[in-house]
Amino acid sequence: MAFYDGVFDALGLREWCDANAESAPMSMADLLAQAGGADAEASGEVFPFPSLDNLNESCDRIGQTRDFTANIEDGFLAIKDGLKIVLDPLTQPLSWMLDGALWLFTTTPWWIIVPLLIALTHLVARSIGVTLFVAFSFLFLGAIDHLDVALQTLSIIFVCTSLSVLLGVPLGIAMSRSNTFQRMMVPLLDLLQTLPTFVYLIPLIFLFSVTESKLYGIAIILYAIVPVIRLTDLGIRLVDKDVIEAADAFGMTKQQKLWNVQLPLALPNIMAGVNQTIMMSLAMVVIASLVSAPGLGVLVLRGIRNLELGVGIVAGIGIVLLAVVLDRTSKAALSRIDKNHKVH
Amino acid sequence: MTDMPKIRLRDLYKVFGPNDAAMMAHVRAGMGKEALLAEHGHVLGLQDINVDMQAGEITVVMGLSGSGKSTLIRHLNRLIEPTAGEILLDGENVMELSQDALREARRTKMSMVFQKFALLPHRTVLQNTATALQVQGADKATQEAEASKWLERVGLKGYEQRYPSQLSGGMQQRVGIARALTAGTDIMLMDEAFSALDPLIRTDMQDLLLELQVELQKTIVFITHDLDEALKLADHLVILKDGAIVQQGEPQHILLNPSDPYIEEFVSDINRARVLRVRSVMGPMTDEGFAGDVEADQTLEQLIARSGGDTSHCYRVVEDGVPVGVLDMKDLVKALVPRVSSAETSVK
Repeated sequence: MAFYDGVFDALGLREWCDANAESAPMSMADLLAQAGGADAEASGEVFPFPSLDNLNESCDRIGQTRDFTANIEDGFLAIKDGLKIVLDPLTQPLSWMLDGALWLFTTTPWWIIVPLLIALTHLVARSIGVTLFVAFSFLFLGAIDHLDVALQTLSIIFVCTSLSVLLGVPLGIAMSRSNTFQRMMVPLLDLLQTLPTFVYLIPLIFLFSVTESKLYGIAIILYAIVPVIRLTDLGIRLVDKDVIEAADAFGMTKQQKLWNVQLPLALPNIMAGVNQTIMMSLAMVVIASLVSAPGLGVLVLRGIRNLELGVGIVAGIGIVLLAVVLDRTSKAALSRIDKNHKVH
Repeated sequence: MTDMPKIRLRDLYKVFGPNDAAMMAHVRAGMGKEALLAEHGHVLGLQDINVDMQAGEITVVMGLSGSGKSTLIRHLNRLIEPTAGEILLDGENVMELSQDALREARRTKMSMVFQKFALLPHRTVLQNTATALQVQGADKATQEAEASKWLERVGLKGYEQRYPSQLSGGMQQRVGIARALTAGTDIMLMDEAFSALDPLIRTDMQDLLLELQVELQKTIVFITHDLDEALKLADHLVILKDGAIVQQGEPQHILLNPSDPYIEEFVSDINRARVLRVRSVMGPMTDEGFAGDVEADQTLEQLIARSGGDTSHCYRVVEDGVPVGVLDMKDLVKALVPRVSSAETSVK
């Protein structure tokens, strides 16, 4: 018999265990052991770990691990409909924004959108070098017929980054104001940052249809919003205590302090967070192509699926180019702000 | 109650720690700073502070680091909350103010100058100076007119559009002072305002402050760890040690009559001839022959220079043309030696 029989007997739980004795499905290991003709117990370990599967052999009341994972799934499915009713309308604008941006970026003729983006770069970065590099990158992408997909990727990043900043900065401010809220948020942010991205794609697929663009929008935002929240919180907490004290001494209200002192002084840090957020949403956009996000990621995916080496590599280079473009532009903007903030 | 001081601190105590209110019983029972820290883990910041600060005077609070002087000044505008006691501002208890009323008081009654300047690095000198008016919601034109006026007054005309980081430390503190003056408050709190500056600049700034004070007659509370600075500026000097007042009063009086060894040690290092004034060491009026007249406000140094070092003379002391006393040069010399002066010299 199984190893842990004695334990349940000793605890007087035998009757409780056997109350509804119907044997659980056999595990793969059992099946293999049977097929091999050997006795399961004989080939087992001397002192097996008291895992759910091993305990189940001695006591049917205890579920197997497969029941455990099945229960998680059932539990999620049970609350799914309720969750959907709340989340669907809440996130619907995201779909509209993503679709709208996609439409805007792809239907505008290249001779309008490309100069416009280059002009925007110059406006933000104020650096000839960066502007020239951006222009070159777009021309190169156009030359290898990847401009459309690159613009699709870019449109997704624009929408997701803007929303991340719009949601992340207020969250960061709230975190900086309340230690309790900060303690609550930090584990959540750690979780979002470390949880493999595929893992939260699965429940999202259950919740939303794969054809809806908000599915990948949410996945990207969840992944990319973390740095901007963290660095907003950090930036505000790092603001010189003396200056805050001066603001208090001159009778500033909380609002005045936020807009006149804290946000301006935290801006370099916040911008560093925005830069990170842009880079992370770009990284996620490739994975999001698994759930129908258009853009360069789709080509990378095709490269993997069909083992089309060239397609994959060219799309990969396109993504690198986009990454460098976005990084240099946002960094140039950041250093421009830093210059205005020279602290003595 | 015509002589109500501008600011009155009564029985002010501050205990730092999570359970400060409960610690008050121990403190009132006479437990000292070390004992409180060792037995209860609370730090006694201030104990039994009673100070009257008169309108139009410079009250200097002096003490070494850790003596609680910075804590004390932050109680006046409640940047730090006291554990017990009263803070009366124009007879009104600051402790009873609501958050809104407190904010209003900080805007209209007292402004502050900081040791590390605490200017906003992203704003120009002009915008920094106008901070108080901006907070109060004054219109742009008023803000700029007032700020320019005070910047010019502190000698920074032409620097309006610079950023703080482009200025030297002394100039930044001038901006700090202009910012406090622009607020137009009666009370100015200055927390080690000149301590971060090098000595020559510091002297300039002290002169600037005294010059402004003649004209503006503000109630100034000045914190410093420098006795020379304290003696130069103070109308009323408060000496703090370990959070308690050791001695307070007219600075010349403290210098001549230190009440305990701690202060004696403090005052032994300074140049007494430069600090003491004729008024403080003169004797009552007599009818002897005088070598000449001296002004009561002159320093002993000036008188020594004038007498050429001759100690045999007597001088008649005159204030506003009226004779008020006699100064024997021998008394003057005695007053220059700390021990002798504290034992023998009597002050009028």
